Amino acid sequence: MTPSQRRWIFLVVGTGLAAFYLWGLSGLPGFGNYPGPYGPAILRIAVAQTNATGVVSAINFDYRGFDTVGEEFILFVAATGVAIVLRTLRGERERAAVDEAADRDVPPTSSAVRMVAVLFTGPVVLAGWWLASHAQTDPSGGFQGGVMLATAFVLIYLSGEFLVFKRFSPADITEAVEAVGAGGYAAIGVSAVAMGLAYLKDFLPLGQVPGAVSSSGTIALISFFVGIEVAAAFILIVAELLEQTLLIRQGG
Amino acid sequence: MQVFPFVVVAWILGVGLYGVVTSRHLVHQIICLIVAQSSTYVLLLGVGYVTGAVAPYYFDVPNHTPAVDPVVQACALTDVVVEAAVTALLLSFAVQAYKRFGTLDPQELAELKG
Amino acid sequence: MNTLAVNTPYTVPVAMMDVLQVTLLVLVAAGATAVVLIRARVRQVLMLSIYGVLLAVLFLAFQAPDVTLSELTIGAVLLPIVILLTLAKVRKREQ
Repeated sequence: MTPSQRRWIFLVVGTGLAAFYLWGLSGLPGFGNYPGPYGPAILRIAVAQTNATGVVSAINFDYRGFDTVGEEFILFVAATGVAIVLRTLRGERERAAVDEAADRDVPPTSSAVRMVAVLFTGPVVLAGWWLASHAQTDPSGGFQGGVMLATAFVLIYLSGEFLVFKRFSPADITEAVEAVGAGGYAAIGVSAVAMGLAYLKDFLPLGQVPGAVSSSGTIALISFFVGIEVAAAFILIVAELLEQTLLIRQGG
Repeated sequence: MQVFPFVVVAWILGVGLYGVVTSRHLVHQIICLIVAQSSTYVLLLGVGYVTGAVAPYYFDVPNHTPAVDPVVQACALTDVVVEAAVTALLLSFAVQAYKRFGTLDPQELAELKG
Repeated sequence: MNTLAVNTPYTVPVAMMDVLQVTLLVLVAAGATAVVLIRARVRQVLMLSIYGVLLAVLFLAFQAPDVTLSELTIGAVLLPIVILLTLAKVRKREQ
């Protein structure tokens, strides 16, 4: 099938799809006139019921906590999949990590990049940790905080060499942390069942002040576990790809 | 303004799909898939928007201020992070396909056997 | 004329918010077209990063700061890193 044939088929089918979409669009109540009862119902009761002022995180980890467990395990499986797919195949060998600088024909990292990366690593770790632990107060949460923590480790790679990055995040410790994060979330739900309540019901004390760091029971705890799991998953993914680029060679 | 965001959603989706269909390089195809996915985030947030409302966070505004729908925001939030990990999985498939077949052209890869 | 539907220190008149949202939507549509039409490898990744930032600002105009944080860290930082690493791996074999 030639490329222009492909293009014509796409245009015909795409027009059909667009027609269907616009027909469905005519039934929507318009942008800004959200009528649905679910949103306002949750907004009315969320702060009083969970003592959390961040309603989105309360929904993520309490009202719809079961969906979030599923999503987190998708993340876990995807990171594991990357580690499996990028394993050393038959017919490849892994170079010793020490001689990678010998035949590299790329220019060395400029000192401006190294300085900026070193300066920013500490604040980024702090910001990521703050985001992961403040899910119930403001627009923070485990997912955002975890990704920022992973970015801090990539900054370590940028400011040094791959060996330094590997020393800061050895594979078995990263995998163990990821497992602790994913398992911790499920364990919180199961411990609610062990007490005779529903799975993932909020059973820890809710605290006095809505929105304080120690309030809202299991929401803060779950957000912390999600944060370390997401960080470990992304560090694993970046480490695997870096190993592929720098260490694994064909032949031998 | 009543339907303009949804028309933009349809445009982004169409453009992303066009890129996927007529691509000659696997990494370019994956990037166009990312663009097509981003149209769903705009659609989710556009559906839940209430005119003149604030964000659903009550630590600095009084309780029961009219806010936009928080449920679609929760959906879009986890959506963004999880799709990134799945994209990384797709890219690792592309790396192994290149090692195995020597080419990254999807129209050639479709004809190879074994 | 004060057309605030909700009276807090953070809201702006509805007309101003409408103009902002329409501008950002047009920019996002243009950014998506640019990402697909650019075929040079590294330039496309850079355009993807800019598209991520535009999308994050659009989400902010839709009153969703949580999604903004997610999209900013993922779409502008982590995805380009992963894609650039893949490209480096593929290009090294081509040489």
